[in-house]
Amino acid sequence: MGKKVIVLGEIRDGELRNVTFEAIAAGRTISGDGEVIGVLIGENVQSIAQELIHYGADKVLTAEDPKLKSYTADGYSQVMRGVIEQEKPDSVIFGHTAMGKDLSPKLAARLQTGLISDATDVSVTGGNVVFTRPIYSGKAFERVISTDPMIVATIRPNNIQASEKDTSRSGNIESVDVSLTDLRTVIQEVVKKTADGVDLSEAKIIVAGGRGVKSKEGFQPLQELAEVLGAAVGASRGACDADYCDYALQIGQTGKVVTPDLYIACGISGAIQHLAGMSNSKVIVAINKDPEADIFKIADYGIVGDLFEVVPLLTEEFKQLNIHS
Amino acid sequence: MNLFVLMKRTFDTEEKIVIEAGKIQDDGAEWIINPYDEYAIEEAIQLKEKHGGSITAVMVGGEEAEKELRTALAMGCDQAVLINIEDDLEEPDQYSISQVLYHYMKDQEFDLILGGNVAIDGGSGQVAPRLAELLDIPCITTITKLEINGTDAEAERDVEGDVEKIKTTLPLLVTAQQGLNEPRYPSLPGIMKAKKKPLEELELDDLDLDEEDAEPKLKTIERFLPPEKEAGKLLQGEPAEQAKELVSLLRSEAKVI
Repeated sequence: MGKKVIVLGEIRDGELRNVTFEAIAAGRTISGDGEVIGVLIGENVQSIAQELIHYGADKVLTAEDPKLKSYTADGYSQVMRGVIEQEKPDSVIFGHTAMGKDLSPKLAARLQTGLISDATDVSVTGGNVVFTRPIYSGKAFERVISTDPMIVATIRPNNIQASEKDTSRSGNIESVDVSLTDLRTVIQEVVKKTADGVDLSEAKIIVAGGRGVKSKEGFQPLQELAEVLGAAVGASRGACDADYCDYALQIGQTGKVVTPDLYIACGISGAIQHLAGMSNSKVIVAINKDPEADIFKIADYGIVGDLFEVVPLLTEEFKQLNIHS
Repeated sequence: MNLFVLMKRTFDTEEKIVIEAGKIQDDGAEWIINPYDEYAIEEAIQLKEKHGGSITAVMVGGEEAEKELRTALAMGCDQAVLINIEDDLEEPDQYSISQVLYHYMKDQEFDLILGGNVAIDGGSGQVAPRLAELLDIPCITTITKLEINGTDAEAERDVEGDVEKIKTTLPLLVTAQQGLNEPRYPSLPGIMKAKKKPLEELELDDLDLDEEDAEPKLKTIERFLPPEKEAGKLLQGEPAEQAKELVSLLRSEAKVI
């Protein structure tokens, strides 16, 4: 018997985030031959609701209100509670994003059920929905099942394959009534990071710098390479501690854990704490002066050399390939 | 201010993970306070320095957890509480831990509860927001700045690189993100004083909580290490040649460009 799965979609700059399509795919796996319902919360979301259907949802519920334009835990919790009461789903799925991480535990607490956070894989085996997730910053993995009939989970971006977009798919888009009680938190201002920045956790390609970058200016060649590749820029803790860049770029056990398709490590020695943050990248390239650097042990391709020589040459080569950035 | 800090202990970041009989081995492992919880402890101490009050460090765990609680006391917390669940809950999940903490906190008088936004072992960051929901208080996660004015609270939080400025009121729960502050090292006098500070040990019975009501909702059926990466290719030649070859390999072999 199929399960009814609700997937909370996420919008950024007027567009659906990739992780939403991945979450729908996860929802389809969980539902079997059941129903996948997308939920969109915000202001003026009707126009993009159709896309959820194209990526595999059977219907979409929209909740619109000026007070919901920005995410607040109270506002979005109230909507989700209403949707859950109306639909009585078997499962609720979120992306493991800032919003998902903030909202899902609150919902799980209210539903008095478990929450599987940061799943990198979902499968159905022997009647159980089995989630795979990293622990110890990816040094190990665990497979987890819910012993409660209500399954709530968040999925890590860029790990579960979204379905192919199918514009021939159709489904209902219904609006839900929104009556919000007082929101206890008020957002006064959002200061956006650099306009062109690609989000590290969703980036398919990351160019990262370590202590070998030697200065703030040393990141410049990495920024240029990243621009040509449409990549995000990351850093090791060493580079952040040395004030070559902001901590927001830090990748590692006490920073962000990323799983891009391609990770280019420049001037990074490969300390165990950094590896924990990126070793599950699909392809790893290392550029370092030191042939003994630990990073070479896990790199698929290594160049022993000066990053200030090699990186600009790479940028030139990629430019010649005319990569769309 | 009545301040409470939620903390846990984790393996030191240098530790290699060993799995035997499906379980994570911890013989001889070095333990530390979860790094993100250190930011929470430091913030509580700075708030106490500014506003006065008292800080209680709270940990759910086993006997050995006392060591990390004493460190929190040495940094500047006033008293510590260890809720020992060793004998009652074998493989607690986040539901279990938040139930335990809720049954303790609901009888406490608090203005602010602080915790790290995520633990570097479990990596789920659930317990603190769950607790806030159970206590029915607002919760602000991943804060990088906090200011308290009477019962008003203004925080800045990291939202995937953006900075969100947010306002709310006490009582409140916040979770710390890197960059909130620089945790202090316990001083020698602090370490000496910590030995005499109160450390209370409680069990589920003391919290009026039945084991059944804290039973986990999740079950781990397998634990494994990721496949060992094989040695890769070291590219040869002049930098220009290496660059050319790399781009070619990334296209044709790795197929990531």
